[in-house]
Amino acid sequence: MDTFEPVIVAFCCHYCAYTAADMAGTMRYSYPPNVYIIRVPCSGKVDALHIMKAFQKGADGVYVAGCLEGDCHFKTGNIKAAHMVAYLKGLLDEIGIGAERLEMFTMSAGMGERFARIATDFTERIRKLGPNPAKAGSDKTDKVAVG
Amino acid sequence: MITAERKPLDEIIDYIKPFSRILLVGCNECVTVCAAGGRKEVGLLSSALQMAFMKEGKVLDVKELTLERQCDPEYVEELVPLIDQVDAVVSMACGCGVQEVAKRFKEKPVFPAVNTKFMGASERQGVWAERCQGCGDCVLGMTGGICPVARCSKRLLNGPCGGSSNGKCEINPEVDCAWQLIWDRLKSLGIEKTYEEIVPAKDWRTSRDGGPRKIIREDLA
Ligand code: SF4
Repeated sequence: MDTFEPVIVAFCCHYCAYTAADMAGTMRYSYPPNVYIIRVPCSGKVDALHIMKAFQKGADGVYVAGCLEGDCHFKTGNIKAAHMVAYLKGLLDEIGIGAERLEMFTMSAGMGERFARIATDFTERIRKLGPNPAKAGSDKTDKVAVG
Repeated sequence: MITAERKPLDEIIDYIKPFSRILLVGCNECVTVCAAGGRKEVGLLSSALQMAFMKEGKVLDVKELTLERQCDPEYVEELVPLIDQVDAVVSMACGCGVQEVAKRFKEKPVFPAVNTKFMGASERQGVWAERCQGCGDCVLGMTGGICPVARCSKRLLNGPCGGSSNGKCEINPEVDCAWQLIWDRLKSLGIEKTYEEIVPAKDWRTSRDGGPRKIIREDLA
């Protein structure tokens, strides 16, 4: 377990969290290289399927980071994202992956320090939980196009 | 629309445990609108089931297809090219769709992934409520467009019971008393007189009490 390096996927909203990540860099705050950032136009644009696929393809933890409540560029994208994350936590519990591997965070563009702290804390949380129990096996889904 | 809710994962997993290749079939109609069994829910369930299998060190091969309608044989026919590549079918349609698939593919086990609930309407985003019980002899013309069969807990046809208080039904303070709604509506339409008319005992043979029902339109059949 000591050598376990978790893979964390972070869906970051372009306007806040992604800019906060930039700010963290500018301010020389370091955060673990385990966190793979995916920039999205709004946290509300993150689809439940993106998160499920991330876990299915081997992510050990996933988080969605959007703007502070009331600050969403698209008004309520972050609130929708929080609801979706809460729903998926239930689903992850049902299949035994564990709700605590998924989280929703909010921050403003200027919160470089908060971005770095969340990335660090979440990585540590997942490190303690160990690898994603579904990691073995492969993606065998076929999409069938009709019509 | 016909409303439905996904079954607990455990129950679905129990059905498909003996198999390694399944066809997961969604429906583009009612269950898509009530977010229970459309293309998106098919994708999510597929992913969840595969992970549940992976967790046990097993591999589940899932083919996903969402039909335009699962309750029409023409559309169910689209499953033909795939059926031989799977051990079982899991349907996310309402009970009508599940049965159409089971009827067409007699040699394949077919399992439901949702619980079909009721005929309802959206009250707001994410909330659906029962509106019709398909009694086969609509009374909405006498009740101001509010159905006492589906919305009165006792299906009363001649005004409220003694449990109606402050506009709420005695079964639950969250539930509107259908007869309060009906009375308010008749009043606002200025046709309170309709309320005075005594409605005779309803003939429930047009409902489920007459056994399974069928409609035959000779000009179309
Ligand atoms: S309180 Fe109203 S809705 Fe409830 S059972 Fe009585 S009449 Fe029906």
